[in-house]
Amino acid sequence: MKIAIASGKGGTGKTSLAVSMLLANAERARLLDCDVEEPNCHLFLRTQVAEVSSVELLVPQVNADLCRLCGRCVRACQFNALAMAGKAGVMVFEELCHSCGGCARACPFGAITERLVKTGDVTQARCESGAELVTGTLVVGRSSAPAVIRAVKKKAALESKPFTLIDSPPGTACTFVAAVDGSNFVLLVTEATPFGLNDLKLAIEALQNMAIPFAIVINRITEIENMVKTYCDRKGFQVWLQIPEDRHIAETYARGGTLLDAMPDMHEKLRQLLDRCAP
Amino acid sequence: MKLAFSTAGEGMDSLLDTRFGRCARFLILDQESGAVSLLENSQNLNAAQGAGIQSAQNVITAGVDALVTGHCGPKAFKVLRAAGVPIYLGEEIPIQVLAEQFQQGSLVQLEEADVEGHW
Repeated sequence: MKIAIASGKGGTGKTSLAVSMLLANAERARLLDCDVEEPNCHLFLRTQVAEVSSVELLVPQVNADLCRLCGRCVRACQFNALAMAGKAGVMVFEELCHSCGGCARACPFGAITERLVKTGDVTQARCESGAELVTGTLVVGRSSAPAVIRAVKKKAALESKPFTLIDSPPGTACTFVAAVDGSNFVLLVTEATPFGLNDLKLAIEALQNMAIPFAIVINRITEIENMVKTYCDRKGFQVWLQIPEDRHIAETYARGGTLLDAMPDMHEKLRQLLDRCAP
Repeated sequence: MKLAFSTAGEGMDSLLDTRFGRCARFLILDQESGAVSLLENSQNLNAAQGAGIQSAQNVITAGVDALVTGHCGPKAFKVLRAAGVPIYLGEEIPIQVLAEQFQQGSLVQLEEADVEGHW
């Protein structure tokens, strides 16, 4: 059972919820940190690294002796990763390459071959609590985050557990889609602000397109009846948890503590929350 | 000598657009004849990435001898340098004035990228 924790807006508490859910369900869950541009779950979990593996992707290289400067490869590239620099020939900007292989196919002269370059790491670690954390890390400057996310999701578990939690990257772009794709259920975390509500609507629209069921967690509320709750009630979207705005939670978090450290009574709530995702 | 100027306008009295990768078009001036032509660059306004690279190819393909723009990032700079197109820096003032400054040799040639990508 795969449960993704996602959010249209950044900074609403995805990681905070994901880490706390893992700790409250340590014996039955593992956690995948798919926020590969800035993974940070490990900061809250005392981990011991078990294995690090590289994620590699194919990028083109041009053989200048065979190239006739026809420009077909440049026109085939949808990502501006190839450029025709006049008589100097074709230049490759591999950090922009999405490894589609189109340029190599477009070349009628066999001047383009592909080679593997590293685009990220997958780190598998054991937490003090016995739970497992798998972290994806994109190489700085690369644009191929979805490939690293897919590699994290493919990583075989150290020990098989009934639940896999996925900490998704923020937003609703292709990284979000790559992270939540294949999930059985998504918990959408947001906050009761106009930005939080706007980005929640975008995330809901994306999940409806993907036909993935979801429920909503509203973080940092100051009132039980707030603008996000009102919107969800009106639309019939389920709000399963509301977490209060609380200085003590923020202080604990700033010291590397989790929601559970700040509010021990959350333990039972987060076990129930996981049960509810798996009817 | 053919010069390319990044701009949102359409004539010699238009202002230079100091953005290179995402300018609307290039005004191309043939200094000898005074002839002016426009090279659309608008497909780059919404490019997800590599707008500077694409713009650089546009001006190279147009066969210009030099480019006048406000700033240039590292990737576009690399492409233009490989193709042997020198880049001169201009302010957001009428192209007419910049063309005169170029003629007098008072525009500064860029020796390396002056901004990071996505500035």
